[in-house]
Amino acid sequence: MIKVENLTKRYAGQSAIQDLNFEVGKGEIMGFLGPNGAGKTTTMRILASFMPPTSGRATVAGFDVFAQSLQARAHLGYMAENVPLYSDMRVTEYLDYRAALKGVPHRRVAERVGDVKELCGLKEVENKLIAALSKGYRQRVGLADALLHEPDLLILDEPTIGLDPNQIRQVRDLIKNLGKQHTILLSTHILPEVEMTCSRVIIIHKGRIEACDTPESLLGKIRQAGGVSLEAKVGADNGAEELKKISGVRDVIVDSDGDWKLFSLRVESGADVREEIFRLATARQWSVRELTQRRATLEDVFVEITHADSV
Amino acid sequence: MRKFYTLLSREVRSYFHSPIAYVVLIFFLLIAGVDFYFQVSFMNQRQVQYTVQEAFFNSVFFWFAFVLIFPLITMRLFAEEFKLGTIEPLMTAPVRDWQVVLSKFFGALAFYIILWIPPAFYFVIFQYVAGQPAAHSAGAYSGSYLMLLLLGMFYLSIGCLASVLTKNQIIAAIISFCAITLLFFLGLVQFIILDVSSATRDLLGYFSAIEHMGTFSRGVIDTRPIVFYLSMTVVMLALTYQAFQSRKWRL
Ligand SMILES: Nc1ncnc2c1ncn2[C@@H]1O[C@H](COP(=O)(O)OP(=O)(O)OP(=O)(O)O)[C@@H](O)[C@H]1O
Ligand SMILES: [Mg+2]
Repeated sequence: MIKVENLTKRYAGQSAIQDLNFEVGKGEIMGFLGPNGAGKTTTMRILASFMPPTSGRATVAGFDVFAQSLQARAHLGYMAENVPLYSDMRVTEYLDYRAALKGVPHRRVAERVGDVKELCGLKEVENKLIAALSKGYRQRVGLADALLHEPDLLILDEPTIGLDPNQIRQVRDLIKNLGKQHTILLSTHILPEVEMTCSRVIIIHKGRIEACDTPESLLGKIRQAGGVSLEAKVGADNGAEELKKISGVRDVIVDSDGDWKLFSLRVESGADVREEIFRLATARQWSVRELTQRRATLEDVFVEITHADSV
Repeated sequence: MRKFYTLLSREVRSYFHSPIAYVVLIFFLLIAGVDFYFQVSFMNQRQVQYTVQEAFFNSVFFWFAFVLIFPLITMRLFAEEFKLGTIEPLMTAPVRDWQVVLSKFFGALAFYIILWIPPAFYFVIFQYVAGQPAAHSAGAYSGSYLMLLLLGMFYLSIGCLASVLTKNQIIAAIISFCAITLLFFLGLVQFIILDVSSATRDLLGYFSAIEHMGTFSRGVIDTRPIVFYLSMTVVMLALTYQAFQSRKWRL
């Protein structure tokens, strides 16, 4: 659905994105991550035909975003960052206007507008002036607008920023549901959300793609994969010395709480050392009150990839 | 066509959602009212060679209000969309650039025409009260309203161009105000500098809004100004379109 080849955009000499290459297949929910200023909005604006790339090309639903931008735009629902809206219009009035602009057939406008208002929880504010809406509701109007013409493809630039936790959950479910029929490219800074909704993730940093994979394999790949924590009474033993001998353990940090010692183990990725630890503990007669493996999160991946050189 | 109509209707509605429209409307009606009152009471006191209608459209009041309203009507057209970022949802919808440019121009023109409806009633009221027509013929009314339309289209297209060049409404207003005022004074030069050759004077007369209004409000329809204003409007709109398209490359 989206195909990007060697996409580059330069602003006044300084490049915002460089040689991006990626593809988003039909029915995928692609997460687009990166620190501030990484070039997410720039990429999305190019995909939405808002501005042309400096070089390279991109197609959306098979249409070139520059040469066939009208068809490309007709197949795309786009929600801009910060959701600019005409504040002098009322919610329903605005959605009616957008539906007509997007070529929703005359007789279906009322039905579509009704549907998206329902879907995005806008019923209670439908007659309010947009100027009088809170940020979260403006966000919902933007999302409703993107869905109006039932596009095959959605590009959402930080759709959940500014929403309350209930609403975030609702939007997340909505996106998941939409993902059954639509292709979605979504940028966000809320990483647990990505883990829950996205089938693949692109991490972009300083205008370059640093990683592009499923969340699972990204988690598998990072060096500093999870860790294991162990709380045990080791008696006369040192504890850390013995634990370090287990293969797969890279590092042990000890903290004590009275008689109880808290060991944080960093392990090699993919290794599960918990069974070895259990054997060791029974052999040395340690009492154990906690043995857990901490899962690596996407946040660890994100930090590892994007922090490498900036801090 | 439906998309153009949708855009146009939003443009017109947005005028009446904004306080600027009402300020312009009140300002304009006030000046027009003063103009009319002044002309009528002036004629009550002495014998003159012209009609109320001619005097109305050729007075200092008229021109003062006339050059001021265009920057106010057009300054927000594009500049506001650039400033608020609403250009982004607008241009990521499947609409063509020319549809947006023309809808803004015709939206402004529609508001301008609405502005001219109330003063038309002054003449009706005059005829009713004074028992005699305000003009010597129907042609004089049509001539002056035709010239209003032509001048209006030209000046509005200048305003469109000014607004597309910046995201600051004040700057847009200043650009179009300066351009319109300069054009206006170009037509005045022949009255100020008297020792120019007659060829130069003819040339300047060709640009003179005052002279055009003078002839048209007497009911004399000359095709040269019609061609001039229509073609200048097209040129200005073409430039607006070009500037609007090049915005993408400047982002
Ligand atoms: N109009 C512009 N003119 C010049 N530089 C710009 C412009 N817009 C963006 N940039 C630069 O391009 C780079 C990428 O910006 P972009 O808005 O794409 O980042 P982002 O990934 O969306 O960040 P955020 O998470 O903060 O939204 C930044 O360095 C930014 O300063
Ligand atoms: Mg952004």
